[in-house]
Amino acid sequence: MSLFHVLGFGVKIGQLLWMICCWFVSWFVDGGIEDKSGPLVGSVGDPEKTKMTTMKKKNKMCFWNKISSSGLKIPSFSHQFLGSVRFGKTWWRKLVVAWVVFWVLVSFWTFRYFSSQAMEKRKETLASMCDERARMLQDQFNVSMNHVQAMSILISTFHHGKIPSAIDQSTFSEYTDRTSFERPLTSGVAYAMKVLHSEREEFERQQGWTIRRMDSLEQNPAHKDDYDPEALEPSPVQEEYAPVIFAQDTVSHVVSLDMLSGKEDRENVLRARRSGKGVLTAPFPLIKTNRLGVILTFAVYKRDLPSNATPEERIEATNGYLGGVFDIESLVENLLQQLASKQTILVNVYDITNHSQPISMYGSNVSADGLELVSPLNFGDPFRKHEMRCRFKQKPPWPVLSMVTSFGIIVIALLCAHIFHATVSRINKVEEDCHKMEQLKQKAEAADVAKSQFLATVSHEIRTPMNGVLGMLHMLMDTELDVTQQDYVRTAQASGKALVSLINEVLDQAKIESGKLELEEVRFDLRGILDDVLSLFSGKSQEKGVELAVYISDRVPEMLLGDPGRFRQILTNLMGNSIKFTEKGHIFVTVHLMEELLESIDVETASATESTLSGLPVADRQRSWENFKAFSSNGHRSFALSPPEINLIVSVEDTGVGIPLEAQSRIFTPFMQVGPSISRTHGGTGIGLSISKCLVGLMKGEIGFSSTPKVGSTFTFTAVFANGMHSTERKSEPQNNNQPIFSEFRGMKAVVVDHRPARAKVSWYHFQRLGIQVEVVPRVDQALSFMKTCTNTVNMILIDQEIWNREADVFIKKLQKDPLVHSPKLVLLANSIDSSISDTLSTSTDPPVVIVKPLRASMLAATLQRGLGIGNRETPQHKGPPALILRNLLLGRQILIVDDNNVNLRVAAGALKKYGADVVCAESGIKAISLLKPPHEFDACFMDIQMPEMDGFEATRKIRDMEEEMNKRIKSGEALTVPDGNNKSCWHLPVLAMTADVIQATHEECLKCGMDGYVSKPFEAEQLYREVSRFFNSPSDTES
Amino acid sequence: MDALVAQLQMQFRDYTISLYQQGFLDDQFTELKKLQDDGSPDFVAEVLSLFFEDCVKLIGNMARALDQTGTVDFSQVGASVHQLKGSSSSVGAKRVKGLCVTFKEYCEAKNYEGCVRCLQQVDIEYKALKTKLQDMFNLEKQIIQAGGRVPQVDIN
Repeated sequence: MSLFHVLGFGVKIGQLLWMICCWFVSWFVDGGIEDKSGPLVGSVGDPEKTKMTTMKKKNKMCFWNKISSSGLKIPSFSHQFLGSVRFGKTWWRKLVVAWVVFWVLVSFWTFRYFSSQAMEKRKETLASMCDERARMLQDQFNVSMNHVQAMSILISTFHHGKIPSAIDQSTFSEYTDRTSFERPLTSGVAYAMKVLHSEREEFERQQGWTIRRMDSLEQNPAHKDDYDPEALEPSPVQEEYAPVIFAQDTVSHVVSLDMLSGKEDRENVLRARRSGKGVLTAPFPLIKTNRLGVILTFAVYKRDLPSNATPEERIEATNGYLGGVFDIESLVENLLQQLASKQTILVNVYDITNHSQPISMYGSNVSADGLELVSPLNFGDPFRKHEMRCRFKQKPPWPVLSMVTSFGIIVIALLCAHIFHATVSRINKVEEDCHKMEQLKQKAEAADVAKSQFLATVSHEIRTPMNGVLGMLHMLMDTELDVTQQDYVRTAQASGKALVSLINEVLDQAKIESGKLELEEVRFDLRGILDDVLSLFSGKSQEKGVELAVYISDRVPEMLLGDPGRFRQILTNLMGNSIKFTEKGHIFVTVHLMEELLESIDVETASATESTLSGLPVADRQRSWENFKAFSSNGHRSFALSPPEINLIVSVEDTGVGIPLEAQSRIFTPFMQVGPSISRTHGGTGIGLSISKCLVGLMKGEIGFSSTPKVGSTFTFTAVFANGMHSTERKSEPQNNNQPIFSEFRGMKAVVVDHRPARAKVSWYHFQRLGIQVEVVPRVDQALSFMKTCTNTVNMILIDQEIWNREADVFIKKLQKDPLVHSPKLVLLANSIDSSISDTLSTSTDPPVVIVKPLRASMLAATLQRGLGIGNRETPQHKGPPALILRNLLLGRQILIVDDNNVNLRVAAGALKKYGADVVCAESGIKAISLLKPPHEFDACFMDIQMPEMDGFEATRKIRDMEEEMNKRIKSGEALTVPDGNNKSCWHLPVLAMTADVIQATHEECLKCGMDGYVSKPFEAEQLYREVSRFFNSPSDTES
Repeated sequence: MDALVAQLQMQFRDYTISLYQQGFLDDQFTELKKLQDDGSPDFVAEVLSLFFEDCVKLIGNMARALDQTGTVDFSQVGASVHQLKGSSSSVGAKRVKGLCVTFKEYCEAKNYEGCVRCLQQVDIEYKALKTKLQDMFNLEKQIIQAGGRVPQVDIN
């Protein structure tokens, strides 16, 4: 049982931990997602993404809920499992491994998921930053481009549209310097005029310088320091030229250079004037600064051209070209400087007009992590394509969150697995232990049984030789011995008897412990038993001068059904103890019905010391039974439920030394005495009370006590018996339950003079039993006055010794002075025959009858008969040697003896014949059956058990079957007339087993197959008598 | 005459006591004697003759059972021993009874040699008892012929 408690506890703890884990993990995951989704929403502001995240969150929640709910299911499942099947050891090991593997996988998945989440987020951040930069760059570029375009219109208006020109180099440079904030990306602007070869000379003369070419400059790039425009060659003869005439100060070195002579510039110029839109060059190292740059070129036309003008028209209308230099590198850097978080990302700008060979316009080639994001740039030139590539400067940070989460999951899973493992191992261990314990318990129980059996056997074996020893001693005493020898022998005999009684007690204890003690169920006379017990102790009590008395309530039925021997044993034990420890005062045994006490329990509260038997204080009687279940549980138990059951409550009250308080708890433990000195002074083994307790338990009763040291003890026990009388019988003649031998006293009248109510009650009880009407008066005077007023004759005056000693003289004088008509007989109730009484008696003329207590019916009757000289009828001698009674019982009985052994048969027959029985012999069970077919003449059958062909058990069974059939037939009306008119209404032949081995098992077997008892072979007179007397009433009784 | 009777009685008493002391007989024999009264004057003799017949028969049975080559039916032997034990305890043949107890144990243990040995001893023992008892009866007869009464021998 306890195993399951442990199990349940373990499972509960496991469940609790599991719940905590689930809760913790779900919280953690939940929180993690929330944390993450915060910045996402904040930075991107994309509702779509938020939705997605929350959806994922929901999924996760579902997942965890599922796990935790499945976790809830686990305990109940395991409960069932544990309840029904024994654990397969491998089963749960596999489960643990699977569990761990599953959770490791889950944690890896989690790790991956979180990492990818982080990566995505990083990518998004980068993309947004990249886009932001690209857009800004594009915007700035467009602004610059628009302004350059505006300048081209300015030039066409003020340089070409006015003659003479309103712009010269100084005006232009000043203007452009002051408006450079409008073109944030340009480092400088310049204007080149379209000059045909035919106009070259004219132009050169006008400007005052020659047109120079750019090629050489490009071929050997010069540094700013040693740049010398004068060193440049004049341009060779061309069809047309585009010399720079105006330039911003920053690029003033390009004045007079022919733009068509530079490769990039030429292409640019041609494309610009054809398209009429801004055109960009590929990035190239700029002149003088030698930094990477692009040039934006706008064509300036003579007139306002329609948007759908053909390229030829445009070329023809071209007046000049306006170029803006974009120093991409520095400009982009300036631009990016203005933006936040410039440190975190690396930006590269490429010209990807030629896809296979993107030209880097800006940015270093420092290798960062692989993550790169591309944003397209549109600078307004459809021919040129640009893009921006962004990367993070730093490597991505360690994914701490995902690592912690997955690690946490693994740890929790391992913990759970460990708990499960520990629980299961614990369960297994406990189971194993339990199993071991069970085995040990069985062993212990077996050992206990063996012990009891050993005790029983050994005691039995010791008893047999002890009987020899005692017998021999008894015989030795009869021989001629001198005084010393006599003394030795007596001592030896006393010791032997003590030993035998001890062995008997041990045997009893062993029998009770091994559960072999069964109570008999026979009719017995309770009052007779108490009288017997009283006689047993009368010698001792008289010796000690202790008053011994019995009171049995009238309501206790005359005959009871139960085990008189065991009842007697209990009483003897209790009274023996009382006598042992009481030096003065009284021992008072009372027997009541339980109902009686329940009714009077409230009345009998105050018990004054005066009301006790001897006037000495006693222990509180009620306390001895206050713990009884019958009283405590539901107060007044209804006894009416089982009317045939008689609940007796017996108290033995003494005024002895009492039991010390510290010893009271172990009073019912075997071999426990109050102290070691007790056994020295009083003897005994201390087993009696424990046996009594067991016996009381067998009688469905309880035993208890209350004791006050130096005052006395009261032992009380209850016992349940069946009513031995037929209820009708009792009801019709309630007074007629006195034994017939006392009939001669019926109708007599007596006066009891006693001032102690308890003692008077006892006297009253005993005389009442004899059929004598009793009147109780407390004083002698009252007795006399009562006698005078009383109409009936008073036959006896019963005076207690105590009063006699005090008032004898007065009383006698009064009697002499005023003699009554019918002078009643004086009866003295004495505790012991003192010399004082004898003296008084001898002086008196009419000596009173002296009855020595304890009072008991037979003694009382005998003494009174003698004293009153009436009806000296001999009571039939019931007691006597068993052989004589056996003869009485067996005389003329028809007895069948069945035994396969001739010798045994003969001996048994001889033994029974000796007691006057008519014996018929049968050698086998089969023959016995043929003889025992009802109707037959036999009164009893003695059957050997071990016989060939048909053993005693089987034969008996057959006989019982035949009898039953017969009985049925009789009942159904087919009355069978037997020749001699002996019509039995019910056939049941007493069958007794004859067996050599008298063991309990055989006895039980005997009873099981319908036998009535067993006798041992060879016959012992006493045992034979005991068994036979159960079936045969003495013939004289039945016949008379 | 009286002297002879007294002498015979004395002899009878001593002899009976010796039988008890040597363990041939026990109390049961006394009980048996008590059962003999005027109604059945030869009770003891009858029972004893029955007993000895039994002995002859049973010992013969057992000898035959034990003589068989090959398998010996110990249960059959055991049954006979049990019978013999019962009989001997009924008449109070103490030694025979004691032997039977041992014999039975051997039988249960299926100890062939032990059984054979016991059987021989039982044979010897019962014959010895028979002679002893015959002597006793002879003495009794002599006492009766001499006109005396067979004395009650109180063993205890």
